[in-house]
Amino acid sequence: MKAFHGALLDPALSAPEGLHDGRGGAAGKRFDVYRNNVMQSLTDVMRAGFPVVRKLIGAANFDIVAGAFIRAHPPTQPIMQRYGDGFDAFLAAVPQLASLGYLGDVARLEQALRASCHAADTSPLEAAALAGLTPAQLTHTRLEFAPAVHLIASVWPLFDIWRFNSEDGAPKPQPVAQHVLVTRAGYDPAPHPLSPAQGAWIAALMAGASLDGAQDAAAQIDPDCDIATPMALLFAQNAVTGMAWEGQT
Amino acid sequence: MLDTRQTNPALPRAPGVGFKPAHFEGLTSDPGPVRWIEVHAENYMADGGRQIAQLRALSEEFAVSVHGVGLSIGGAQALDTDHLARLKHLCDWVKPASFSEHLAWSTHGAAFMNDLLPLPYTAGTLAHVAAHITEVQDTLGRQMLLENPSSYLAFDASTWSEPDFLAELVRRTGCGLLLDVNNVFISATNLGTSAREYIDAYPLSAVAELHVGGHAEDADEHGAPLLIDSHGAPVTDAVWTLLGDVLERTGPLPTLVEWDNDVPDWPTLRAEAARAADALAIA
Repeated sequence: MKAFHGALLDPALSAPEGLHDGRGGAAGKRFDVYRNNVMQSLTDVMRAGFPVVRKLIGAANFDIVAGAFIRAHPPTQPIMQRYGDGFDAFLAAVPQLASLGYLGDVARLEQALRASCHAADTSPLEAAALAGLTPAQLTHTRLEFAPAVHLIASVWPLFDIWRFNSEDGAPKPQPVAQHVLVTRAGYDPAPHPLSPAQGAWIAALMAGASLDGAQDAAAQIDPDCDIATPMALLFAQNAVTGMAWEGQT
Repeated sequence: MLDTRQTNPALPRAPGVGFKPAHFEGLTSDPGPVRWIEVHAENYMADGGRQIAQLRALSEEFAVSVHGVGLSIGGAQALDTDHLARLKHLCDWVKPASFSEHLAWSTHGAAFMNDLLPLPYTAGTLAHVAAHITEVQDTLGRQMLLENPSSYLAFDASTWSEPDFLAELVRRTGCGLLLDVNNVFISATNLGTSAREYIDAYPLSAVAELHVGGHAEDADEHGAPLLIDSHGAPVTDAVWTLLGDVLERTGPLPTLVEWDNDVPDWPTLRAEAARAADALAIA
């Protein structure tokens, strides 16, 4: 089985010894059926997971890069919904793709969308829960996030690039940095664009900062940062599942 | 006699389909003759999301067969206990009527190949496959069914025929069998043997489920026929005929139509299930 396994991912190796075609001949190219099945099924997993990366570099290039990724990083467990994590770093290290600086961030966004799709279902906290708090309590409030929520920081117009390559008629990307928040209000994950300051605000909250602390983090990037809009977005998208106060365990 | 068991009833001796999310609406609103579904275990091991919710809803309307494709029972190395624990968790909440896996391997070292790979049939492989089946049955607390593979080649080292190998596994472990009729036809065609002689030698009394599915036709470099187990096309007439031959001997059994690639619309798959219903009605 070691020889069988080794030859599956390496097309330069000939078929292992000791196999026959049932008719008295060597198995020959029949071994390639298994080779093809392995590469085809794993390439299909990569195509399904990274449709925008595939569109950006073209189907033929994608199959070449995905094939190299599969040979370098074959799955280590049988759940294909999880396979492909790490493709962002792999893409970022391919010299021929260096001119597409945003490719790794697009891959990270697609990984986040897929992870969000299969994350645990949770009950959202209603925005009204904040209304009963005193201003002093509010500043010390920490928010708990649904496991389907992800935040991708980027120096590229990441949301615009994703949308332009996902939706017919979407506007062309503008030269601005966009962080992207992934939420899942029901069963369908959705990406949302954020300014870098808004992204820093949510990143701080997700790291466990209080609303006060998160506001400081946002203000360091943009003193006039609009917090109300992403706050409303979090609650509208069922992204918040609970709250706690500093010092509370 | 009326069966009053509330949990884990057997699969109905009726047509089932391999469930695809695209068929959720069609299957629930107009199932036709379909009485049960089969799902690939590894697609339902997420923490949550739509697919889990769909399976939860379907399991209240249909009997469910959980069909593993990733346990690597035929491998020489120890089973992945993390994966076995995931299978147990899945079976605990789905409470399927049946759990089945394959006479194949897919993991070597740490690498999972995402395909059902063949093994030689020897005294050595018999011993470790039997031990793996026993481990699965002990962990899940239930009998499992073992499915025969589709073969594109054979091993010089094999000293057992496949039907004898399966019969001996049944004897040693008490497992049941899932007879994939399409795989019998594919293997016989590819290896130049007789599908009917295979069925003659096969331990039919241990069969608790049948599979039929579509295959693709190719040829090897010598021009010999090479059928590929694609699950991407209608079941061929030759496989329907072989199914009829099997059912004539076994009587009606739970019979699954598999269509995993180039998935058709629901009415097309429902029509395939109706053809299985016709075959079951004659048996």
